[in-house]
Parts: sequence; structure tokens; C-alpha cells
Amino acid sequence: MNATPARQLRPDAGADTHTISLNINGKQHELAVEPWTTLLDLLREHLDMTGTKKGCDHGQCGACTVLVNGTRINSCLSLAVMQDGAEVTTIEGLANGDDLHPMQAAFVEQDAFQCGYCTPGQICSAIGMIAEGKAQTRDEIREQMSGNLCRCGAYNNILAAIEQAIPACKGGLRE
Amino acid sequence: MTAYLGKAVSRVDGPLKVTGKALYAGEFGTADLCTGYVVNSSIAKGRILSIDTQAALSVPGVLDVITHENRPEIASYNENYTDMDAADGKHFRPLYNDRILFNMQPVALVVAESFEVARYAASLIRVDYEAEPHQADLYAQRSNAHKAPTPMPPDRGDADSAWANAPVKIEAEYHSPAEFHNPMEMHASTVIYSTDGKLTVHDKTQGVQNSAQFISNIFGLPDGDVRVVTPFVGGAFGSGLRPQYQLVLATMAALKLKRSVRLVLSREQMFSFGHRPETIQHFRLACDREGRLVSTIHEVIGETSSFEDFTEMVVVWSASLYQCPNLRLDYKLAPLDLYTPLDMRAPGAVLGMYALESAMDELAYAANIDPLEFRIRNFTDIDPASNKPYSSKELLECYRQGAERFGWSKRSQEPRSMRDGKQLVGWGMATGVWEAMQNPASAKAVINIDGSLVVSSATADIGTGTYTVMTQIAAEVFGLPLEQVTFKLGDSILPKAPLEGGSFTVSSVGSAVKQACETLQQQLLDQAKEEDQSPFSNLELDGVVFEDGEIYIKAAPSERVKIADLLKKGGTPSMEASATASPKKERDDYTTATHSAVFVEVKVDEDFGTIQVSRMVSAIAAGRVLSLKPGRNQILGGMVWGIGMAMQEEGMLDKDLARWMNHNIAEYHFPVNADVHDLDVIFVEEHDEVVNPLGAKGIGEIGIVGVAAAIANAVYHATGKRVRDLPITLDKVFE
Repeated sequence: MNATPARQLRPDAGADTHTISLNINGKQHELAVEPWTTLLDLLREHLDMTGTKKGCDHGQCGACTVLVNGTRINSCLSLAVMQDGAEVTTIEGLANGDDLHPMQAAFVEQDAFQCGYCTPGQICSAIGMIAEGKAQTRDEIREQMSGNLCRCGAYNNILAAIEQAIPACKGGLRE
Repeated sequence: MTAYLGKAVSRVDGPLKVTGKALYAGEFGTADLCTGYVVNSSIAKGRILSIDTQAALSVPGVLDVITHENRPEIASYNENYTDMDAADGKHFRPLYNDRILFNMQPVALVVAESFEVARYAASLIRVDYEAEPHQADLYAQRSNAHKAPTPMPPDRGDADSAWANAPVKIEAEYHSPAEFHNPMEMHASTVIYSTDGKLTVHDKTQGVQNSAQFISNIFGLPDGDVRVVTPFVGGAFGSGLRPQYQLVLATMAALKLKRSVRLVLSREQMFSFGHRPETIQHFRLACDREGRLVSTIHEVIGETSSFEDFTEMVVVWSASLYQCPNLRLDYKLAPLDLYTPLDMRAPGAVLGMYALESAMDELAYAANIDPLEFRIRNFTDIDPASNKPYSSKELLECYRQGAERFGWSKRSQEPRSMRDGKQLVGWGMATGVWEAMQNPASAKAVINIDGSLVVSSATADIGTGTYTVMTQIAAEVFGLPLEQVTFKLGDSILPKAPLEGGSFTVSSVGSAVKQACETLQQQLLDQAKEEDQSPFSNLELDGVVFEDGEIYIKAAPSERVKIADLLKKGGTPSMEASATASPKKERDDYTTATHSAVFVEVKVDEDFGTIQVSRMVSAIAAGRVLSLKPGRNQILGGMVWGIGMAMQEEGMLDKDLARWMNHNIAEYHFPVNADVHDLDVIFVEEHDEVVNPLGAKGIGEIGIVGVAAAIANAVYHATGKRVRDLPITLDKVFE
């Protein structure tokens, strides 16, 4: 693990900061965060990891879905300080260099997106859903993926991509 | 032979999108970046008496609060606020003065060192208003409507007498609510301020050159001082056709503070600007006993704002699609104290065709004719509005192939006659239509000594697949592997392109890409001819083949030259050519349009009234479909949008406040994965040498047109209940 010293983020409003430790995509971070900063804003605004998207900031669209200790969550609904000690996997942490995660490759092959803005959340959510063991039928996948909105309407292709990737994802996250 | 066109190629930008590396407008940054947050008005009409910014300014980390009282100078003349998609009228000028024209109008911008601070400080701002009475009820304003300032097809015959005397007729009124685009990416602008005062702007837009021109005009900036760079757009569906207020506010802050500023609207604020207008459509439609139309009277009242006249092509389709000797059209606008409506996916057509195709279904039932057969009897391949032939119109083939795939022949005409256990089953259909347009566009092609080809134009890819299809076109023309071709877009310094919209990007920019590549090929061939005793000396482009970085003679393939060698001998590392493609004159002799036939199955639970679109087949005639994967995806997306329009989407207005109450995506419903079932797309073969050199008509809009009517017609067939008020929710079906 590459530990980095606690990092003071953007100038604050004088609020107290809390030092937390987060493992993000295999890299250890010590971070001084304000209590009002969400995990999503920590990633996007403070760490410049903009792969995780903000589509509503209210837990309504799923674009901000990340995996925390292997479980999918809406990162806009979690304060960063609540995740002290957690392992966070974002869309940036799924591929091995140019070698895409099977879910990412399936999304490309099945054309499971148009604009791409909901896509990181869809992919993280799909991986989390498979790990939950609930995706047994097409209707179950549709239901379990209904927290991830796609305004372009690529749902049929998203379903096809998930079905394609399920066999390769069964063991959870690929090492 | 075609290597790429018409084939299923994976999106060239796919890997960037699935790895989170594609950067959207609100994701660019610099070390000195600060963040804005907008304060919106809480009244719909009146004026600002005072704005108390003290508490906000005292928050550590707040840099400024900008209001109409302390803003930098901006243009006052209306023409400076005109953009490429502007409606007629007096355009909205953000933070210009104390006037309030609509609820949630921006009244202040907080700029702070961080997003959290800006948002918190915005909550501390107090605005005192003097409110004036407002009007937000379209039905109440119906009598105050004025003629829409837009050209209309001429009336024909005497529609009123023909309707009065017809043996079979219907009269019906249809209502559709305001709808909001709600792209997943919220509108955002990041303005990077350079020490020389020049701006690089990342703006969520469907036209980078539109945004660049707009802020140059408003802030009086010299040409070349503003460059807009937007490589990726997280959906738009029309919301990016006009520059939105966050662009003006972010630029204002950057110029005032001489710093880089990022401003992202909240989802709530996405309901503070343009939307599909609420519309009332009155239809009288009549036919003879054989089911031939004899009279069409289509009267529309659309919502507009108090300051602009928003018009769209809502009634024109009723003049063109079917043969009918007597026609009267009317289109009026009723001004409300809301923001001006805005083009939204297939603007006008989705509304007009919802009414026309609903009325056609009602009349088919009145005449006791199968709804599909009824449409076939009224088919025309001459456009009755212009008396010009369609350049191509494979609509009958859409009907045939769609009906066959769907199994339409097994339908029984009687409502409530088909069921599946406790589910009432309904089968409905509708026709769809959209214009096949072409606008002038330019492109540049550069061939490099390493064999790579770079083609560019200032268009956009809002998820439509522009990167991919343009790469396919260029690779096809040059006979190169896709990997050796790069297409650049979304940068205002690139060759001029029209707004990305209206389904005309492939037709317009694609034609320019083809032409630029061919111009470059001509230059390369000319260079090859200059060699002593060149075997190419008597040949034109049609006598040679470009393949894998070489040019060879078609009739003598062993006679060939490497492009890299030509460049080497010419002493240049690259050669470039530009071209502007314009619509050819021949188009004027034809009507050019895409068509579709949509077939829908709904299941309505007899006890609970829940409605599910269980199956939909859409047969599309759109000329040549160049890029199959994104192309099919566009149609699927349109079908999903049709489900939303028919059954879910509705901006709910509190008329006492003139404020949208469901301004979030938990309460403004659009389809989720579980709402979408079996969708089937058929691309019907259609050859068209008139529309453009590619034979491609464009497919962004046609997928949604007709879907709402087909669903409404299916619900009628299932239940016997004709719901004429969208969205069709279970309470309306069983009221």
C-alpha cells in the first residue's frame, strides 16, 4: 500500500476537519475532511476522481454508485467521515491498465450506453448486484438495476451486457 | 464493398466512457478553480427590492456574491442574446436587472473556494421581492392566445364544410403536460481563466460554437478570446441547443474575479429553464365510408413565455403524412409566466403526431376499419402540403414488416376482447414521421506520414454516436483500419458545424467528412500524378483505390504508391484538406422525411389498473443506417422516451406559485430498467440518393415519434377507455 500523509483539501469554511483513512482502488489515503463533505464530493471535488458521477445528489439516480467494502452504495448519500477505514472501489479501479473488467468490456460490446454519464454507476451497481447473488432472472436484473437511471434509455443493452458479464463476474471483483 | 458503413462497430469512445476517463463539462479543473452556486427566485413575477448578502459574504471561503447590483457590465441589446436556436422575442438576460420573469429565475451567484461552502452560503442569502400577479394556467390563458409566428402549410379545400357533411367523423381534444429533458449530466460550465484574460470554457452544449459566440456577444469579448471545448456531453435531448444561464453566470464570475470558475446546476435547478411545452390539441377528422380521409382540422394551443414566442413543428405533419383534400390548421401560443419552452427530442412532432395518430385510431374505430388498414388506405407518396414527391418513403414496408414481426394479423378489433388471465391485453399502433434535413457543415481531414488520418468538425456527440459514425465514414473513404482514424469534435476552433440536433448531424457533418476526405484524396492523387511518367497521370479518383495507406490503379492493382512516400517526396509530414458540404439543389424538388410504424402491446391489470408496455416493435425507414450499434440504440432510446411520455412524464406546476413542484427525479418520473421490456427495432431498407451523398436520413428523433399514440391506442384496445390526457396513469384509465 502506498500511504500518503494526511492531505488538507480545498480551503474550508473554518469547519473542523476529521482525519480519515480510506483505501480507494487499492491505494491508501489519509485525508483531512470536513464533516459536511459527501463521499461523492470527496472523490469528485477534492480528489479529482471524476469517474464517479453526480446526477442528482439526492440518491435518486444511482450515477454516483461505488462499491464500499464490496457493497454498492450511492456515494452522494454517505458522508466521507462515515467511511473511515473503508475500502472503496470506483470505476477508475476496475480495469487492469488497458485490460477492461468483464463488465466494462460487456458494456462496450453490447453498446449499453449512449452519453456515458450514468455508465460508471451502472457498471459498479451491476458488479455489486451480482455479488449480492440476487440476479437470477432477467426480470430480477431489471428490478435490481432500477436504482440506476439511464435517460438515454439504453436499458435493454444494459441488461444484455450484464447477462453477458455474469459468468465472468461470479466471484465478485476480479483480482 | 463496404468495410464499415452499415456495420455493427463498437463505439470508438466506449473505453473512455466505461473507465470514467471521459471528461464532462463540470469535470475540468485547474489549481485556482473556485466554485459557484446559484440562488433562484422564489416568486414568478415582480421585482427584487433588495438582496441581503452579508451573512453569505461572512462565511470563510466565500469569494463573492454576484447580483444584478454588482455584476460586471453585460450587453443590454436583445440581439446580443440571440443564439442559434433562439425563440422570437426578448431573450432572457441573467442577472441583468431587478425584474423577475419566472419562478426559479437566477438572482444571485455565490462564488467560493469549495462547493460545500458555496452551497451553504447560498442558503444564507435573503431576497425581498415585490410580487405581481402571474399567470400559469394554460387553460385560463387559452382565450389570450395569439397566432404562432411560424410558417404554416396552406389550408386546402373547405375543411369545415367537409367535416360537417362527412359520414364518419370524430372530434377530440388531447392534452399533454410540460416535460423536462433531465439529461443525467446536469448543466455545467467550467470557465478556465488564463492570465492574458482569454477564456477556455467547458460548457454542456450541443453546439460549442453557439456557446462561444453567445458569451462573446454578451461580454463584448474579441473573437479568439473565447474557446469552448466540450468533448463529452452527458445527454441533452435539446436542453443544450440554447446556451443556458449557468454559462453566463460562470463567465461573469471568472471575468469579475479573474479566476477559473466551475458552476454546476443542481437537479432542482434543471427544472428552472426550458421544457417541452404544455399543449392542448383539438382535432376534427372525417372520412368517407371506405375510410378515405375527407377533412382534417388540427388546432393547437401551445405554452410560451411572457418574453419569447416558442414555436415548433406541431401541426405541419397533419398536412403532409396522409392524403386528405380538405385541411385547416391553426397554431396559437398562450404566454405564461414561466421560462420559455425549449426544443426537446423530436420537438413538435411528438406532440402533433400524438394527436394525429390518436385521432386516426379513433376515426378507424368510428369507420370500423382495422387501424393499420386505415392508415394504408390513406397513404400517399406525394406530399399533399407541397405537391412534391417524397425522395423516398418506405412507410408501407414499415407497416408490413412491423405488423409481421408483431403478429398484428392475430388482433381482434373489439376493445377488451383480448386477455391473458387477469391482464387485459391491448394492441395499438401508430405512424411516426420526422424531417430528413441537411445543413451546411465543414470538416477538415489531415493525413499524416505515420499513416494516421485525423478528421475534425465542431459538432457534438451527446451520446448519439457522432465520434463512431464519423470515424467509420472517414475510414471507409480512405480504406484505413478504424484504429488509424481519429475524429475530433466539441471544440469551437474546429471547422464550422451546425448545432447537434434535429437528426441532421450525420446528414450534414457526415457529408462534410466524406467531402473533406475526398478532397484530400484528390490532392494526394494530384501529387502522385506529378511524378515523372506517373502511371496515375490520366486517372481521376474513380479510377483509383485508397487502401491501407496506398493508392493503386483499379484496373491495374500492381501499379501503386504509398501515401507516406508521396508526403516524404513532397517534404511535408502531413497533408490536409477542408470542405464545406451544402444541401444539393435537387432536394428542393422533394419532401425528405424519415418514417416509422410502431406496434405496441400493453397489459392492464383488471383489478389494479397497472399498465405495462410488454412489447413494442418499431419499423424504421431512415435511409441508410451507417452505424448499426449506436443507430439501433438511438431508436431504442426513443422508444423508451415514448414510454415515459405516454405513461410517466409530467412537470407538475403549482399554478398559485407558478413553480414546478416535482423538481427532482424521484417525483418527475421517467422510465427505469424495470419499466422497459421487449423492444424490437427493424431497419427497413430504403435507398435515397436525394437526401445527401451518404443516403442517410438521420435517426435521433424518429424513434420517439408515434410511440405515445401507439401506447394510448393500445390502452384503448385493452380497456375500451380513451385517455386523451398524458401521461396515461392508472387513475385515468379507471376513473
